[in-house]
Amino acid sequence: MKPPGHPELILAAAAAVAAAFLPMVVNNYWLGIGVDAMMYVALATSWALFSGPTRHISLATGAFFGVGGFLVGTGMSDHQAPFWAMAALSAFVGAILAALIGIATLRLSGVYFVIFTLGLAEMIRNLVSWVQNNFLGSRGLYVLTDFRDQHLYWMLLAVASSVYLLGWIVNRSRLGFALRVIGDDETVARHVGIDTAAAKVILFTTTGFFASLVGAIIAPRWSYIEPNQVFSPQLSFFVVIMALLGGAGRLWAPIVGVIPFLLIWNWVDASFPKQSILFLGLAFLLIVYVLPNGFVGRIEQLRDRMRGAGG
Amino acid sequence: MIRGTISSLAAAAVFTAVSMGAAQSAETVKIGAIAPKTGPLAGGATVTQWPNVRLWVERVNAEGGLDVGGDRMLIELIEYDDKTNPGEHIKLAQRLAERDKVDFVVAPYGTGFNIATAPIYGRYGYPMIAVSAITDKMEELTTRYPNLFFTLGTTTAFVEGVKEILVEKRDAGVIGDEIAMVNVADAFGIELSDVARELFTEAGFELVYDKSYPLGTPDLSPVMKGAKDSGAKAFVAWSYPPDSFGLAEQAIIENLDVAVYYSAVATSFPSFSEAYGGKIDNVLGAGGTNVDDPRIAEYRKAHEEVTGKVADYWASANTYAALQILQQAIEGAGTLDRDAVTQYIKDNSFDTVMGDLAFENNVSHTFWSVGQWQDGVFRGVKGSKVEGAVPVRVKDGWAE
Repeated sequence: MKPPGHPELILAAAAAVAAAFLPMVVNNYWLGIGVDAMMYVALATSWALFSGPTRHISLATGAFFGVGGFLVGTGMSDHQAPFWAMAALSAFVGAILAALIGIATLRLSGVYFVIFTLGLAEMIRNLVSWVQNNFLGSRGLYVLTDFRDQHLYWMLLAVASSVYLLGWIVNRSRLGFALRVIGDDETVARHVGIDTAAAKVILFTTTGFFASLVGAIIAPRWSYIEPNQVFSPQLSFFVVIMALLGGAGRLWAPIVGVIPFLLIWNWVDASFPKQSILFLGLAFLLIVYVLPNGFVGRIEQLRDRMRGAGG
Repeated sequence: MIRGTISSLAAAAVFTAVSMGAAQSAETVKIGAIAPKTGPLAGGATVTQWPNVRLWVERVNAEGGLDVGGDRMLIELIEYDDKTNPGEHIKLAQRLAERDKVDFVVAPYGTGFNIATAPIYGRYGYPMIAVSAITDKMEELTTRYPNLFFTLGTTTAFVEGVKEILVEKRDAGVIGDEIAMVNVADAFGIELSDVARELFTEAGFELVYDKSYPLGTPDLSPVMKGAKDSGAKAFVAWSYPPDSFGLAEQAIIENLDVAVYYSAVATSFPSFSEAYGGKIDNVLGAGGTNVDDPRIAEYRKAHEEVTGKVADYWASANTYAALQILQQAIEGAGTLDRDAVTQYIKDNSFDTVMGDLAFENNVSHTFWSVGQWQDGVFRGVKGSKVEGAVPVRVKDGWAE
């Protein structure tokens, strides 16, 4: 992974501005898909921020997302807290949670880390249910606001843009360089004096921060929050597939994965509802066998090859 | 296997409906239905929701369709599986409104799904006659979403029904002041147990055992052992489909010695009786119906003939009644104009399988709250504005 340059940043800014006009030109159905897409763009980009350089596959997105949604639900339903305050609080709780988890587990590597993060969402879901049952005594969490899809879309676009900007800055910094060394060989990184644990925890914390924030923003769309639904393992898998499909090597690559994946998924889901999980499996196989570096990696590889042939 | 066959039948029905729609597109009314066919709520929806939608569409079409201002229009049903996923459901609801451009919708299955889609359907003016949605926030919700109607009762009403029975049995000297209560740690179970704790204590009862268990827990044996050790003569469980069965099984194994045994959702399912036969005689549960009412009897017979399944003894009839209301409102208003139909629902009373049903501030108070298995039939024992409640019997052992 090379650090991104200024032309890329300008291009990304132009794309974000163009995306902001979507709600003016499409109908509500496509805007709904746009909200979904923007949600996954934000989640997949923040996922790639950590997992791209370190190559640690995290399946914890669903856990952080759920924490965000649940906190907004509890705050607004039981304590009449304003949405904005709860959204901000969610992001910080998500970040603190990620930091704690990071400190405890980022010494794990490879498959152990993957399994742990997969179990995490389930653990938090049960923990939240237990707390709700024993201490809060909920009456169903209602998130009733006047937000419409375009408002949520713009909020998510702002989050996605922030994630990108942060990633752009990190990648050009010493921290970004350290992460790339860790991704290539963690032992070497340690030997050259990089504090690998600290670098990983910092990045994992930002992932938790943004995933919780996205969960908080989506809560008004659901209107009614149940812990058993908001902590969805499927979400974590979707994010990983989309990010890998685009290619985790570049910060903007997940976007290239999200849009085709969602369009195909919607089509498969409407046409072959019973086969949709099969499609998910096929997408995984496709990534592993054909696109190990995603669409973007493939395109770059082809370009290099053509250049080689031409020169 | 059975579910597979039924869903392929349903798929075939949709296919037929769609191809028929292409042939006579001018004369069809498009009705959209979204509910779970997979995921945690699929078990309930395939018993209560889907068979009634099918039955209704089939019966209306067999009679030549809906009478809309003198024109006969066949129903074209467009159905989707939301996979018990709110995000998915919202997307599909938008699809129904924007792409399929349906004329009317069947309200979703589950409290959360009804609330999540209310703003979307409200924007398009679809009347939503919610059935499988129980909440104590009806006033706030119907003020916010004037197109949303509720028909199955409130959380408090369900607990009130159980409390009345407990008080009656205490007065009769069958039980004492002690109650053993358990609940599933999920929104509905937590909400009900919260209300129950308050109402039971107010009525002078003492909760000598009060425990919760997580949704989907495979082992309910410790829960039941604890209830047994408490020595209470009344057992109340605010439970969901898988665990209502699990609790009954453990009660049988432990030979739980109680005079009142209540478990909430799914106790009214025919499969509950099929699983435990005479052992669960005199078990109380949420819901109920009056099988002796000729309209209910006729409905149950048709349900079995058309869908191949026995209707459950609770929300099935309410679900069918909600569809009848939609039908009568469209025919009464004589138009497909959704605002006119919504207004018609607010202003009129309807002749349904549940009897005469009308809305007061968008809420119908015609519903059963508690029923009891009596000789293989789940009969309503407590309800609001319903007729035919039978006296509550005392549970006497778990022998066949």
